[in-house]
Amino acid sequence: MKHRTFFWFFLPTGLAMLLFIAAPLVSIVTQSVFAPHEPVLVTVENCTPFSCTEETTIDRAATRVLRDEEPLGRFVGIDIYLDRNHLAVAEVAEVWRAADSIGDFVSELGDLPFYRAMAFTLTYTFTVTPLLILLGLAIALAVNALAKWLKGLVIFFSLLPMIVTPLVGSLILFWMVDNRGILGNFLSWVLNDPDLSVKASTPLMWISLIVYGIWSSAPFAFVVFYAGLQTMPEDQIEAAKIDGASRWQQVRYIVVPHLMPLVTFVALIQLMDNFRVLEPIVGFQAQAHAQSLSYFILSDLGGETQQLSSAAATSVMTVICVAILLSPVLVRTWRDFKGKI
Amino acid sequence: MASKAMRAPVGLRLLTTGFVVFWLIIAAFPFLWTFWGSFKVELDFFSIADWTDALTGTNTERTHGAPFTGAGYHGAWVQEEFWRASLNTAIVCLFVVCTSLTIGTLGGYALSRSGFRYTFWLLIIALIFRAIPPITLVSGYLLPFFEWNVWGILPTAIIVLVAINQPFTLWMLHSFFQSIPKDLDESAKVDGCTQFQAFRLVIVPVMWPGVITTGLFSFLLAYNDFAVTTMLLSESNRTMVPAIAAFLGTTQTEGNVMFAVAAVVSATAPLFVLVLLFQRQIVSGLTAGAVKG
Repeated sequence: MKHRTFFWFFLPTGLAMLLFIAAPLVSIVTQSVFAPHEPVLVTVENCTPFSCTEETTIDRAATRVLRDEEPLGRFVGIDIYLDRNHLAVAEVAEVWRAADSIGDFVSELGDLPFYRAMAFTLTYTFTVTPLLILLGLAIALAVNALAKWLKGLVIFFSLLPMIVTPLVGSLILFWMVDNRGILGNFLSWVLNDPDLSVKASTPLMWISLIVYGIWSSAPFAFVVFYAGLQTMPEDQIEAAKIDGASRWQQVRYIVVPHLMPLVTFVALIQLMDNFRVLEPIVGFQAQAHAQSLSYFILSDLGGETQQLSSAAATSVMTVICVAILLSPVLVRTWRDFKGKI
Repeated sequence: MASKAMRAPVGLRLLTTGFVVFWLIIAAFPFLWTFWGSFKVELDFFSIADWTDALTGTNTERTHGAPFTGAGYHGAWVQEEFWRASLNTAIVCLFVVCTSLTIGTLGGYALSRSGFRYTFWLLIIALIFRAIPPITLVSGYLLPFFEWNVWGILPTAIIVLVAINQPFTLWMLHSFFQSIPKDLDESAKVDGCTQFQAFRLVIVPVMWPGVITTGLFSFLLAYNDFAVTTMLLSESNRTMVPAIAAFLGTTQTEGNVMFAVAAVVSATAPLFVLVLLFQRQIVSGLTAGAVKG
């Protein structure tokens, strides 16, 4: 295909991505180094025959002129990145000096909002991903052993948690684990604690969010692994059997290595997707117990005073984290491409 | 597992069947339970006294004279005007799917037929764009959209969703078009067609399976999106997902929780039908990327 033809074919989609993905990325970087102008204050002296009082008011006209002249705000460099709501450099240094031990330091760090969000996001990403892969693998192996006519039915129901809108799925689970819902009732009966409430307990909230994460993503792993099992060469299994391998050994040494490329694929996709966890926190109304980086941005944007600069700074840091998570995929794709040439 | 030698022992078969049943309960029971509960009053579905109330509907019978009631649905669809939100969702999904398939097909076809190096880099850039969480982009949109006065309307949300959809659409259609033999359109070009004529006359008639699968995923992305629709649509233009999120803010008064439950069930129903009709395409779409990539 000629360069010219390619250009015209690619133009609409390229333009859409350029304007609405690339440009906003530039926009968040710019926004994150500018802070809104502070209102211009004027001090007026009001004198009566007896005394003079000083009064400070906002000079609206001057403020507007300033805002019109520099609509981006005042340039503050990386100050926003370093302030208390983000990397909190000053606070971290202070905590480091005051802390007696590493454990003390870590728990103090948990009081700073950005680090708290980071801690939850990372915990969520790195517990949900391995667990959903294990569950998905187990389901795939079990379904593969079923009779043929049952498989379609099982796949149908298995797809539901993944296909359903994340907010809807998290609400459905949340209503069940609510202390008046069926699972909440069941839990307090099992643990014999009538006051047990997921909403009031941070560890339980984290566990429920992680359970939601596994529930909603395991079907993806299942479907991918199940497809992989269909391409499993039977002669290898037969050979292993002749050599006297037990069922467990067949799975461990033949099936799992065969599926390994798919495991890497699922792991990489899910790491990226779990890192952006947002809807379950909204659905579970968990913001008091668990915040993710995405939720951090959402609450900055949605609050009464929209803190665009703060949201932009968090966004930039989120994108950097995603880039780090993505780098193995990029390296692998690059190698594949080199291999092809 | 055809031959008799491959048959598992009875114990193992019981174990695997038991596990599948266990998984099916986990996967499907929450939906059935919420569907059942959406026809009850709040005191039954969220019962402190006795969880069996949700099964028998004691309080529902006392309030409405029957163990089932459509009060939640009436409240959500009529009183809170959820029909408006679902209409908006229908409009957004229709336009997002059509636009993103049109421009995605052209782009994906071009990527699969051009042998130059830049196609690789374009695909890599698309992959990076696919990984970026939409909420981070939203914080970049707000300021310019306020400035241009396009915030809050459906066309804005549609264009943004189309753009966010493109990276995935491109990857999917690129790999699909690569599976269509190049000889087809090459021979059309030898016969005197331009590239576009070759595309329109030769490729378009055979591309529908791949396009339908990709369209399903575009639909799901638009339908399920939370970040973009919540932040970029004004209250009167809300689609279903932000409307449900808004129900949550007003759960203080009794009955509103059941509105949210009814709305949630209503929003799940179309997806249920979708899986029912297109299960094979969804599964093949999910595995296409995996098997190739």
